[in-house]
Amino acid sequence: MAYSDKVIDHYQNPKNVGTLDKSSKNVGTGLVGAPECGDVMRLQIQVDEATGMITDAKFKTFGCGSAIASSSLATEWLKGKSVDDALKIDNMDIVEELNLPPVKIHCSVLAEDAIKSAINDYRAKNGMEKIKFEESVVH
Amino acid sequence: MLKLPVYLDNNATTPMDPRVLETMIPYFTEHFGNAASRNHPFGWEAEEAVDYAREQVAKLIGADPKEIIFTSGATEADNLALKGVFEMYAQKGNHIITATTEHKAVLDTCKHIEKLGGEVTYLQVNKEGLIDLKELEAAMRPTTILVAIMYANNEIGTIQPVKEISTIAKKHGALFFTDGTQAVGKIPVNVQTDGIDLMAFSAHKMYGPKGVGALYVRRKSPRVKVTAQMDGGGHERAMRSGTLNVPGIVGFGKACEICMLDMESDNARISKMRDRLETELMKLEEAYVNGSREHRLPQVTNISFKHVEGEGLLMGFNKNIALSSGSACTSASLEPSYVLKALGLGDDLAHSSLRFGLGRFTTDEQIDYTIEQVSNTVLKLREMSPLWEMYKEGIDLNKIEWAAH
Repeated sequence: MAYSDKVIDHYQNPKNVGTLDKSSKNVGTGLVGAPECGDVMRLQIQVDEATGMITDAKFKTFGCGSAIASSSLATEWLKGKSVDDALKIDNMDIVEELNLPPVKIHCSVLAEDAIKSAINDYRAKNGMEKIKFEESVVH
Repeated sequence: MLKLPVYLDNNATTPMDPRVLETMIPYFTEHFGNAASRNHPFGWEAEEAVDYAREQVAKLIGADPKEIIFTSGATEADNLALKGVFEMYAQKGNHIITATTEHKAVLDTCKHIEKLGGEVTYLQVNKEGLIDLKELEAAMRPTTILVAIMYANNEIGTIQPVKEISTIAKKHGALFFTDGTQAVGKIPVNVQTDGIDLMAFSAHKMYGPKGVGALYVRRKSPRVKVTAQMDGGGHERAMRSGTLNVPGIVGFGKACEICMLDMESDNARISKMRDRLETELMKLEEAYVNGSREHRLPQVTNISFKHVEGEGLLMGFNKNIALSSGSACTSASLEPSYVLKALGLGDDLAHSSLRFGLGRFTTDEQIDYTIEQVSNTVLKLREMSPLWEMYKEGIDLNKIEWAAH
């Protein structure tokens, strides 16, 4: 299976690899996937409380090239977005941008789940109710 | 000089030895006859070439040439052995014993036989990949017609105690079949001293052409027969019909001859490179060799690099190094290797494995390059792995409730 150029580029030069202080009140952390399934993503956002804008995003991913690329792309898209707009990121946008083949769609689903999970973590820390999301279909 | 790309997937297939190709070429053009054409020189030449190849193949495994049935490859030979014995010995019984780490060509054929009313026992293996001889003995029944255990495993290279297995089978009146695909041509295999009744093997795993293999079928003590699985002209002592693949068979014979001559020197060189590769890669933290290191083919090592996913790892260098991974992501099924799981490896380690299969044409420079590339990529991906970070922080990953996935 050949990877798209964009997947290869994100794999070779991943954007925003790293760790934010997960104990900080304005940092939301999402940890999704499972080692047994061969992919685990941890995605973190740092939010400016005053404006509701995401000022920084970091990830670490255990997984194949497509999983790494999906999370790298997600962090790029998150930076500079409002939390509300971040919720609108759909896994199919990632599929399209990275040209993921059908067998790799679950990587994009995982990235979307990681975004939502990070946002909910941030909301919970700041006294907001967690948003209920529909179960992801593809895994 | 370093030659790229590096091919370290010799358990999947081997490049053809140029000496083999040279021997084959005239049989595509000049000597194109049908080996079954009895009435003209074209047929005679072809038959003579096949007879000679049959001797070369037989010699490598200590068999009589008449005991070699040419097939299209090991998968066909596996099918013919299992289904052929099941049909031929139906009056004696319907029970077959095999192991969970067999190749799919054996396991899926056994599943098929179960649908036909056969009973199959699948023996577990220990963490080294070896079956337990006591369990084998206990599994034997009066209706057991066949014990089917591979000689050496394709993913981890573990070599089964074939002699002991055949002794147990014989003691209980069952035949012993072994899938020798990974072993023949690589290590000394002798059907007499090993007590093998049937054995499947293939040319393209030993520097011969694809599309040709053989089933060894014992003719004396006991005389073994298999029911043909293909109807036709009654070739190969009526056990396998179909016009013989003369150039392929000629190449197979030559490949066997070369393996026999070069085995010792090839193995000395290759195992030294394999050991160096393994020693260097094991210097990385949390690296584990899968399967037995003692009872193992000299050309292969299978290593898990914990907290790094296999396919992601391959992507770091797969333009220049050809390797296989036991990770789910390299197959369509998303399930990690059933062989590694049978060793008792957790799914996480199975996902983190790479198989290095060295061969006759592997060079020291290529091993140096591989050590460097694999080590660097493991380190790079660990920096990117949340599991590695958690492991380093002393978090027990088994205690985390991972999202259902």
